[in-house]
Amino acid sequence: MYSEKVMDHFMNPRNVGEIEDADGVGQVGNAKCGDIMKMYLKIENDIIVEAKFKTFGCGAAVATSSMSTELVVGKTVDEALKITNKAVAEALDGLPPAKMHCSNLAEEAIRAAIEDYKRKNGLLSECEMAGSCGRRCDDIHHDHNDNDEEDED
Amino acid sequence: MGEKLIYLDHSATTYTKPEVVEAMLPYFTQNYGNASSIYSIGRESKKAIEEAREKVAASIGAQAKEIFFTGSGTEADNWAIKGVAYANKAKGNHIITTNFEHHAVLHTCQYLENDGFEVTYLPVDENGLITPQQVAEAIKPNTILITIMFANNEIGTIQPIAEIGKIAREKGIYFHTDAVQAIGNVQVNVKDMNIDLLSLSGHKFYGPKGAGALYVRKGVKLISYMHGGAQERGRRASTENVPSIVGLGKAIELATANIDEYNKKLIALRDRTIDEVMKKIPFVKLNGHREHRLPGNANFSFQFIEGESLLLLLDMKGIAASSGSACTSGSLDPSHVLLAIGLPHEIAHGSLRLTFGEENTQEDVDKLLEALPTIVERLREMSPLYESVKRGNQNV
Ligand SMILES: Cc1ncc(COP(=O)(O)O)c(C=O)c1O
Ligand SMILES: [Zn+2]
Repeated sequence: MYSEKVMDHFMNPRNVGEIEDADGVGQVGNAKCGDIMKMYLKIENDIIVEAKFKTFGCGAAVATSSMSTELVVGKTVDEALKITNKAVAEALDGLPPAKMHCSNLAEEAIRAAIEDYKRKNGLLSECEMAGSCGRRCDDIHHDHNDNDEEDED
Repeated sequence: MGEKLIYLDHSATTYTKPEVVEAMLPYFTQNYGNASSIYSIGRESKKAIEEAREKVAASIGAQAKEIFFTGSGTEADNWAIKGVAYANKAKGNHIITTNFEHHAVLHTCQYLENDGFEVTYLPVDENGLITPQQVAEAIKPNTILITIMFANNEIGTIQPIAEIGKIAREKGIYFHTDAVQAIGNVQVNVKDMNIDLLSLSGHKFYGPKGAGALYVRKGVKLISYMHGGAQERGRRASTENVPSIVGLGKAIELATANIDEYNKKLIALRDRTIDEVMKKIPFVKLNGHREHRLPGNANFSFQFIEGESLLLLLDMKGIAASSGSACTSGSLDPSHVLLAIGLPHEIAHGSLRLTFGEENTQEDVDKLLEALPTIVERLREMSPLYESVKRGNQNV
């Protein structure tokens, strides 16, 4: 059901781990809904120079985490904020429809890590201070999960 | 990969035994006659169906005329529950079941709730058991049906079916059991256990898929479910699927002939798996009752990891298994069975079901025990939930 690229990123995830002196750390999702992603960013002169992740989740969640760390490195903070879950999914040659919600985590995690970086560096705008970035699990999941096929036995 | 597949998902389905396929084959190309026809190949089909009916009946202690062939276990469940409900509406509208039935039962009950019936979903305990007392206490003057699964498909728990049957019979309430997972694994006798209706499905005991049966005790009031021709004595219309019926008969005969020996073999595989996994891997929980469980079922929850990832990595090692995590079900919630035994979502997501069968060996268990701890550790190393545990804080 997964593309070869997804399986590659799942089997050989890039950039797994933590960055000790990260400039921004973001964690999204929760154990209740089955996927959690934590992203660590190292940022120098507004450019993301290193990204690492830890993920609790399915194959799609791990693969999107891995792919998004690859996508953000070398980008400016603003460019990184423009990465959408759709772009991450496309970079993986697509995800099964039922798995699109798992890919939302990646976009959210990038945002959360950058928000953390901005907060630490006094770069947050007022609107961002209001915390609109912290979308919860339900919001992330419900908009994409219109697929209710169930395999069972 | 070239390596032998280690199939540990027999509760999902089994392969069809070659003897069963062989028994079925003539009914495709040679004896293809319609069983309702008068000429010889039609009569051959009729005879084969009746022989299969005898075999199914004998294997559960029923009479042949109490067996009706269906297109699946799901159909048998639907027919039993809706059939009793609509035929006995004048008597009452209350049904008793449990909160961890297979969806073939659960969704049928929910459907009936939308049609004016009242359903009590008895909560199972942390091991997945209900007590006969719970059933007795739930009975009301308008109760017309008790439907409780014999053995659970995910965690393998076996219910006290004979005791429940006794209560139901004393109260004059029909008792249906979904025995899809039990047949071929556990001794079942509908007379001794006071069972009025029982569902079974061929593909769980080395028979063909799409072949099931419903046992209906003589005298039980049940509406016909499929309207049309006069097949199955007018109770289930549609030209009989002769090859599948023959295969079902052959499979149940084989599966129940050596059941004690088969059980012994499965229990040895299961028990070693359970003991070793619990010993080798930290932060693990066995789901389901340690003793009252299917001989071939082991179900674990591994903390801090997610089931689908586990299945993908096991698959890479040539091991086929299943999980009740949300990401494997395609819904947002982990399996209702794991939630029913009180597992928090995060623990339910990390579940792994291993179900052993005829072709499995202790070498398969060796390979599993070699692969599993490494895979679990690998996923935990990747898990943000495990970090805090390693740092000594276990409150995650
Ligand atoms: C307990 C239980 N009931 C019912 C079914 C449905 O049977 P079938 O697949 O033949 O429709 C299954 C398995 O799929 C099952 O495990
Ligand atoms: Zn997922």
